Amino acid sequence: MVRCLKELNAKTVFGYPGGAVLYIYDELYKNKEIRHFLARHEQGAVHAADGYARVTGEVGVALVTSGPGATNAVTGLATAYMDSIPMVCISGQVPTALIGNDAFQEADTVGITRSCTKHNYLVKRVEDLARILPEAFHIASTGRPGPVLVDIPKDITAAKTDFSGVPDKVEIRSYKPVLKGHIGQIRRAAKLLQQAKRPMFYTGGGVILANASEELTELVRLLGAPLTSTLMGLGGFPASDEQFLGMLGMHGTYEANMAVSRCDLLVAVGARFDDRVTGKIAEFAPEAEIIHIDVDPTSISKNVRVDVPIVGDVRHILQQLAPLLKEPGFQEKRADLAPWWSEISAWRKRECLKYKQNDTVIQPQYVIQKLHELTGGNAIVATDVGQHQMWAAQFYRLDRPRRWLTSGGLGTMGYGLPAAIGAQVARPGEPVLLITGEGSLQMNIQELATCAQYRLPIKIAIINNSFLGMVRQWQEFFYESRYAESDMSFHPDFVKLADAYGAKGFRADRPDQVEPVIRQALAEEGTVIMDFRVNREANVYPMVPAGAALKEMILL
Amino acid sequence: MKHIISVLVDNEAGVLSRVAGLFSARGFNIETLTVAPVGEGNESRMTIVTTGDESIVEQVTKQLHKLVPVIRVVDLTEGPHVSRELMLVKVAAEGEHRSEVLRIADIFRCRVVDATAGSFIIEVTGGSEKLDACLDLLRPLGLVEVVRTGRVAISRGARETGVAARTGSKTTGA
Repeated sequence: MVRCLKELNAKTVFGYPGGAVLYIYDELYKNKEIRHFLARHEQGAVHAADGYARVTGEVGVALVTSGPGATNAVTGLATAYMDSIPMVCISGQVPTALIGNDAFQEADTVGITRSCTKHNYLVKRVEDLARILPEAFHIASTGRPGPVLVDIPKDITAAKTDFSGVPDKVEIRSYKPVLKGHIGQIRRAAKLLQQAKRPMFYTGGGVILANASEELTELVRLLGAPLTSTLMGLGGFPASDEQFLGMLGMHGTYEANMAVSRCDLLVAVGARFDDRVTGKIAEFAPEAEIIHIDVDPTSISKNVRVDVPIVGDVRHILQQLAPLLKEPGFQEKRADLAPWWSEISAWRKRECLKYKQNDTVIQPQYVIQKLHELTGGNAIVATDVGQHQMWAAQFYRLDRPRRWLTSGGLGTMGYGLPAAIGAQVARPGEPVLLITGEGSLQMNIQELATCAQYRLPIKIAIINNSFLGMVRQWQEFFYESRYAESDMSFHPDFVKLADAYGAKGFRADRPDQVEPVIRQALAEEGTVIMDFRVNREANVYPMVPAGAALKEMILL
Repeated sequence: MKHIISVLVDNEAGVLSRVAGLFSARGFNIETLTVAPVGEGNESRMTIVTTGDESIVEQVTKQLHKLVPVIRVVDLTEGPHVSRELMLVKVAAEGEHRSEVLRIADIFRCRVVDATAGSFIIEVTGGSEKLDACLDLLRPLGLVEVVRTGRVAISRGARETGVAARTGSKTTGA
């Protein structure tokens, strides 16, 4: 199996040993070509593999034991599944003869993970391994990517078989993802782009997954149309570009949500019309014809009716579309977008992200703006889930893809730290920044030991409001400020905790301390925790209440 | 509206639970489901009867396509097709009811496959409506137990089900 992994170019594994995987670990011990990173919890191992995959675009690999090892991995798998992250998780299983006997550390792993993986396998014969592992990597990384689990009983890992290498090409009769888009549909799309008076691009994680940022950027600049991105799509188009309107949806910008509500042509690229994006479906992009480019046919017309569906790899399709827009005569016959841009400029003047600065209390948005400024916008940014995640999305403006790690679909608190570990392992020379909250960080805080063990210089910024901030915000808005169980005032002293884990800790209580703390942290070589005590009751604005139309934003 | 979806799958462990799990996870409805190996035994054919409007059935078929062991998915209700169901009925009939049971069996072209002094087992095949009608007549005569297979169906004409049709060969993404 280890040789198989090597041939599949899976040279970095995140895992946690246990009884059912002892033979595998023994082989890893003898084999020095595969680097193994020991997490402190299986969930951490899977998120780290996920972070590794998001940054590199390669298949992340996790290795866990049977029973509790596998059940601990489930949250990580579900997170990766919702965000379409290519990953292979290998789990140990009790020996074949004991399966179904309620054996020690037995769980029906294939049954449990069926609905949170793209596909999964139970290996029944050792001869099948050399077929199944390449299949798993192939399925994980092609079409709409996703996690694949391979469950291997202990006796199979002990058995020996002849290994003649992995096949050059995997052929699965019933699995053939489409690459190229239908040319007729692409022509229709080009025609609509030519006629549109108020075109608008809406792009998602599919752009990142397909490595289509360059193609997208070129095409959108050629057209001069505005673009908005989902949370998952950030970095797919440069945030510093004048054509970028910011994120859309529940915490999207005023201009992005207004523009979607007003556009006459919406081009969805690698995005799936999630409920946090659309708000009230009936009033989403009511004036627009919709072009939807996506690799997954089930995403098309699932939530919103689509006029021109194009199924295929986003990058291929953009490459097919671009020449049509460069044909002689295309530009001349296009509608003038100037009136559209003047509408947008008026919305921009609303300055929806503005917040009130103050001398005594740190505003969370200010911390993230400073982080962005002092890292030159060049960090790989991991986040957890909640208010800090939205502020990071709004204020850490990314210009490049594969530098944004966030659990968008499942919304997994505790994702950030292990994901940052995966990112730092993948990119040892680059700055990795974790923006988190005091609630989220505590969900996988044990991974600080992993950071220490491998001397990973991750910079952790806690936006500490001593509240489960997003829960509190909803309670304030929709439950008459009854803050049921969202008060997190009791939390560890993170500066001392950093010290206990062999990291450095700094605290900022006042606005004037923010910049010095960040500078100090960035100057350190190892792991650093920055504890920013921010305004406890700051809210994320704008906000579209759940189920409301995008136009019905609550603004500060 | 009712739809009959014919699904050709690799005959491997767990494929039934993948298909059934997909229906339950996405809140789709399964009315009947039959499955048996076909061909050389390395494939299985499932026939699923489901209800829902066009958009739901479109999602069902697309989602089924996405499962790795699924080879082909066809909504048979889109074209001409033949569907049949088999039912076994146990009737505890005595006295004059016995001849009444046999008369009904004759009308519906059923076969009597088991008879004792106090009971019959009757085998009926046909469309689901015919089975329902037969059952309605047998009920007052001492119905004990009913077993039905659920519908199986096949497209009319010379072509293999789903081959070269619009919903034909599997070339979906993901």
